[in-house]
Amino acid sequence: MPKVTYVHPNGAREVLDVPVGTSVMRAAIVNGVDGIVAECGGEMMCATCHVYVEPEQLDRTPPQSDDEKAMLEFTASERKPNSRLSCQLVATPELDGLVVYLPETQV
Amino acid sequence: MPAPVAAVIGAGQAGFQAAASLRDGGFAGRILLVGDEPVLPYQRPPLSKSYLAGQSRVDDLWLRPAEFYAKQQIDLVYGDPVIKIDRGQRRLRLASGIEFSWDHLVLATGAGCRLLPVPGADLDGVLALRTLSDADALRQRLNGSSEVVVVGAGFIGLEFAAVALAAGARVRIIEITHHPMGRVVSAAVSRFFTEAHTGWGAEVALGTGLARILGSGGRVTGVETTDGRRIAADLVLICVGVSPNAALARDAGLAVDNGIVVDEYLRTSDPAISAIGDCANFPTPFALTRVRLESVQNAADQGRCVADRLSGRPVPYQKVPWFWSDQGDLKLQIAGITTGHDNSVLRGNPADRNFSVFCFRGARLIGVESVNRTADHVIARRLLAGDPVLSPEQASDESYDLRAHARRLADR
Repeated sequence: MPKVTYVHPNGAREVLDVPVGTSVMRAAIVNGVDGIVAECGGEMMCATCHVYVEPEQLDRTPPQSDDEKAMLEFTASERKPNSRLSCQLVATPELDGLVVYLPETQV
Repeated sequence: MPAPVAAVIGAGQAGFQAAASLRDGGFAGRILLVGDEPVLPYQRPPLSKSYLAGQSRVDDLWLRPAEFYAKQQIDLVYGDPVIKIDRGQRRLRLASGIEFSWDHLVLATGAGCRLLPVPGADLDGVLALRTLSDADALRQRLNGSSEVVVVGAGFIGLEFAAVALAAGARVRIIEITHHPMGRVVSAAVSRFFTEAHTGWGAEVALGTGLARILGSGGRVTGVETTDGRRIAADLVLICVGVSPNAALARDAGLAVDNGIVVDEYLRTSDPAISAIGDCANFPTPFALTRVRLESVQNAADQGRCVADRLSGRPVPYQKVPWFWSDQGDLKLQIAGITTGHDNSVLRGNPADRNFSVFCFRGARLIGVESVNRTADHVIARRLLAGDPVLSPEQASDESYDLRAHARRLADR
């Protein structure tokens, strides 16, 4: 099962086994990782599941849709080139070892 | 002095958010969250969309896992409705007889489906859709139904109609007005969705009410419309809107008028009691009248607003309203409240299934309805959060850069 590491702003790390087909957002919610709010439940109506992807791994992540690009304008923390909505990062074997950094705030 | 107790009645999106944000925001006392449904707090929007269609599982619906509440020291009690609020003693009583005392009370009691008092409404196969158990019953029933009648063409009815059609049923929609979703969207968007559903194969009868529901042996067999037509059905969904759950508040002597009346800080007529979410009737800068909104955005933002106040950071509630609806391959996104607009312009072309309707009252932009056009929706939310200076000419000119326009306004 792909492993995903969530790094909190204070540097604390949590590693989860994320089933293929499950999003990085949903896995965080189900496992009680603080720092992902996911208000709209993955409908791309909010930007409260914002994460920063480890820059070296960006090319392994699926491309951003126009909707995701648009909604990333609403992140409460600074939008960076490696900003993603974690509801759009659905686990695949290629994403095994993914590291995402949680922003200071989601709202 | 003992630590204060904040009690939240109702464990939907609003109640959950209030409880979570109280703890997150440093509220020092006990947090009690009481829900009447026998399950963990869950998201409602998927019930008429992905969950109904079998594309998501019940585990995907929980707002947080069970452990969250223990970890956050939120005392979650569910499946035990509150039956009485005692304002004098500041206590509340649950159906099981348990009593709790409180210092702050937050009413997040939600809304319930309106019933249609027509003959046959109690027949087997006549369903409503509000709760997880409603959705489970509907999903099970849909599997094996071939003729579906949807009574009421609002968001829920149309979302369900699209799912039922995709499941292979014959779908007829009857709507008493001439404008599906007409309470919340412009005529252009209403017409567009009517045509879309017709194009997918649903039969849409406008200006048509329900006279009675027909049955045999206790089971539904069809409906009779107000114009005397009979339509066969083995499943009838009644979705003619909701009424706010305000009985507890009314019994406690609080002001109630289309929901529980609150001020801009979401306080009821008793300042120790707040009301949030679908049940709250509140003043807003986004409409000329008080409103009561049924949406995830409103529930979550009001939950945070009340939590902030109870944690010592009072701010009036002034968040930009937004809504969405998924129907077939169409995503409708609404920013602001477009009810009461007197002028509207199109951006994009409905024939391309990619357009927005910018709604104005006088010269002022009051809301934007977008179909498969998230970029416009995002800009609209940004514009409406400030003074939305935008002319209809700019809005309708696709060569005019709205994003840059919004940036310039924000930088002013």
